[in-house]
Amino acid sequence: MNKNYNFAFLDEGSKREIRRSCLKAVAIPGYQVPFGSRELPIGRGWGTGGIQLTLSLIGPDDVLKVIDQGSDESVNAVNIKKFVGLCTDVKTTVRTREATIIQTRHRIPEIPMDKDQILVLQVPIPEPLRTVEASEEVTKKMHAEKDYAPIWLQLFESLVRYRKVTISSEYPCMVEDRYVMNPSPIPKFDNEKMHMAECLYLFGAGREKKIYAIPPHTDVVSLAFDDVPFEKESFQGKKCRLCGSGNTYLDEMFDSASGEKFFQCSDTSYCQEVRGCI
Amino acid sequence: MAYVAVSGGKEAIEASIRLLDYYRSGTEKDIELEAIEHKMSLLVDRVMSEAGFYSKSYAALALKQCEGSVEEAVFLLRAYRSTLTRNYYTEVVDAAEMRVVRRISAAFKDITGGQLLGATYDYTHRLINFEMDQENSTELYQTIRDELAMQKPEEIPSLPRVSGELKKEGLVETFPDNDQKPCDITSNMLEFPCDRSARLQTLSRADTGFLSGLAYSALRGFGQVHPTVGELRSGYIELTIPYLFDPGSSLYIGEILITEVECLNEADDDGKLKLAAGYGAVFGRNENKAIAMAVIDRELENKGNYPSQNEEFVLMHGDSLEMNGFLSHLKLPHYVTFQSKLDAVRKTRRKENE
Repeated sequence: MNKNYNFAFLDEGSKREIRRSCLKAVAIPGYQVPFGSRELPIGRGWGTGGIQLTLSLIGPDDVLKVIDQGSDESVNAVNIKKFVGLCTDVKTTVRTREATIIQTRHRIPEIPMDKDQILVLQVPIPEPLRTVEASEEVTKKMHAEKDYAPIWLQLFESLVRYRKVTISSEYPCMVEDRYVMNPSPIPKFDNEKMHMAECLYLFGAGREKKIYAIPPHTDVVSLAFDDVPFEKESFQGKKCRLCGSGNTYLDEMFDSASGEKFFQCSDTSYCQEVRGCI
Repeated sequence: MAYVAVSGGKEAIEASIRLLDYYRSGTEKDIELEAIEHKMSLLVDRVMSEAGFYSKSYAALALKQCEGSVEEAVFLLRAYRSTLTRNYYTEVVDAAEMRVVRRISAAFKDITGGQLLGATYDYTHRLINFEMDQENSTELYQTIRDELAMQKPEEIPSLPRVSGELKKEGLVETFPDNDQKPCDITSNMLEFPCDRSARLQTLSRADTGFLSGLAYSALRGFGQVHPTVGELRSGYIELTIPYLFDPGSSLYIGEILITEVECLNEADDDGKLKLAAGYGAVFGRNENKAIAMAVIDRELENKGNYPSQNEEFVLMHGDSLEMNGFLSHLKLPHYVTFQSKLDAVRKTRRKENE
């Protein structure tokens, strides 16, 4: 631990301020709480919202897991772990069940999390309405008035043009029938994990200076029409070439030598657990 | 199997950081911090301005650490500032009290207190000086010091603002002092429509290139008219903080060098014309940025449909840290979301969907 810096880098006042914003976010599920985002030694857009949440929540007894694209070994995950380690000395793990705080980018772990765990998600663009309205001043009013017609229209137009809803990741959800929320760029595959979950989901957008939350047992419904149900990514007939799982989100890969295409679990620690490697 | 392997990140990062030292090790000669601070002072000023952090020595250190990259140096200073407790806010400074080192007006030939050209590159011919290759820095230092020693110091009076005269005449609008506590953009999210205090702070810290380009667009046609630099001044202002044990008095904590600009534009005044001022103030000797800031301040006050007149567009996209952070994040792996995109594209191309 680098003694030149405070425990968990930020000064205590800043950490307390961020925790207060978290409490507000938990009290109003899906509502984006503005906060005084601090600059970190890691690039804005590289997970600084998530890191600020982690830093303000973490204590000496916590066990941290960091993943990026589902992997504990990905360069950015390693880098974030290294930074938190530099200013806290907390224990880290790759096992989903062992962690008290998991920070993630683009995935929710395959193993369901329980009531003693927090999943911190890094968010690039917190505003689900940004694709239909560029101005923050306007989207804020739209949320206040629950005016979500433009996003429903976007879904409908996509059906008319392509006969499919073509939103890929970052698929908008309705939270407690009140706020439309951007679940961060997780695949649609992970959306249902947020519905009536046991754990707390916290979302941090550092550059955009917003925090929002899905507390346990919250109603989270991916936007869909009655006659066109929500459809997640399909890996029908495909399975992980390492662990054989057919129920996980898969990465598509190419063997550059043979040109052969194969699939592998995106959640690498889940894959290792199935294989008994960890 | 080259790029798909996501494991081994730790070793790769460590090796990559070692390789940065290779790039910094190109010569046995060192570049001393003192030299950066004094011989690259305009670069230091730019870094301090975009960082919103006034420390020449730390700015010099930051520049040395990152091979002279402005955006990286700004990044280092901002991140360091996050770790410091905010103990005080300085008291309001009246920049009319500035100890001026340069002061010009493009509006009037004769201004109260006079014009003071000071140091500027404006009238140099931009010819590369090949002799500088052989410059003896000790000699240069000594010559200039000797010259200075022969001069008799003169008191610099505080100079009234040019716009003050026009205000007396009623051509520039006068407003009562706004003593509302300014919004602190370093600890609050910008909300729109935003206070002028938040606007000016954001512009003052903005990326120099971004601000200059925007202001240029406003001058060229995507904005209002051709403003006149009523006054541009650079100099030192004194900073004080309230003294806690005696509410009436304050403590002097030091002085900083800033550049301040007031631009004047014609504006409608209920069937008549008036002159409307735009304001710019930035750390250091940083004249074009200060002018750009004054132009944009006026454009935002004016409102309209051009990019430079759109508050959200201007204030949300000019921060060096934010723009460079988000741009560089595109280099991170996006395997999961790209897989999801592939899935969405493939589904629309399937036979049964046609």
